[in-house]
Amino acid sequence: MAHTEQEILDGLAEIVAEETGVDTAEVTADKSFTDDLDVDSLSMMTIAVSAEEKFGAKIPDEEVKNLKTVGDAVTYIKNNQA
Amino acid sequence: MLTGKTFLITGVLMESSIAFHVARLAQEQGASVILTSFGRTMRITEKIAGRLPERPPVIELDVTDEAHLDTLADRLGEHCDQLDGVLHSIGFAPEGAFTFLEASWEDVSTAVHVSAYSLKALAVAALPRMREGSSVVGLTFDASFAWPVYDWMGVAKAAFESTSRYLARDLGPKGVRCNLVAAGPIKTTAARSIPGFEQFEEKWQERAPLGWDVTDPVPTARACVALLSDWFPATTGEIVHVDGGFHAVGT
Repeated sequence: MAHTEQEILDGLAEIVAEETGVDTAEVTADKSFTDDLDVDSLSMMTIAVSAEEKFGAKIPDEEVKNLKTVGDAVTYIKNNQA
Repeated sequence: MLTGKTFLITGVLMESSIAFHVARLAQEQGASVILTSFGRTMRITEKIAGRLPERPPVIELDVTDEAHLDTLADRLGEHCDQLDGVLHSIGFAPEGAFTFLEASWEDVSTAVHVSAYSLKALAVAALPRMREGSSVVGLTFDASFAWPVYDWMGVAKAAFESTSRYLARDLGPKGVRCNLVAAGPIKTTAARSIPGFEQFEEKWQERAPLGWDVTDPVPTARACVALLSDWFPATTGEIVHVDGGFHAVGT
């Protein structure tokens, strides 16, 4: 069953919080992974792999660098769910 | 082809990793595999390991950490008695190493340590577990030429290729082979970290007699599996080109 945008945002917030230690409340759609959430390229790969498993979406490696904000990731996952 | 065999596979990070496909093909051919990873990449490798046909164990190995190397054979004992081969799929160079004339020795020495010396370090660390007839296989990018953008990583690969020949000399009497696969450019996580990597893509496709698909790691992985198998029993110190034939032709 497809996840809603809110479900994806909530789930992604948990993944980002686990990876970086930020509070889930900090992970909002407008936040930049690198500038606001201290996510480096390796953390971003971990987040992408975790998100694939959580949401059944496929996020190709070359797509990961295009996901600048949390909102970008939510939209991509929503449009690419299995 | 590999029934009953056990291989130690380094370098599985993402599903695009060449090593991931070597592990997958080895399992499909009946082998057991043990993966290595280190530091922060451990979590990614452990997740990606779950996408193989059978989830393999992942043990920690930083090839620049003497304690990890010294304890490798003992730690392998938790998962296997003997190894039939090792895949070296490890390389790293700091960004500065990709600007030839400006690179510092610090950048270069890191590249050579992680990308070349590590082949010797890994082979020696695993040697106590390796049975006679086993095989060490590594991945290179043809170091006979000066390439665009590859710079000190190319020098490190030249050292890597030489290291493989010396290992072939010194491990041969112990019944262990050491061979390399010189792959064409493949879009892996490692390749994406090289600034200007895309310069290779079109040229390779144009010039290689068989053509070349930078998105397909499988031909390279198959060659690695073949060299790990018993089907090259008298081959060592060799470099097999898996590059669509690029190396064999002029422009």
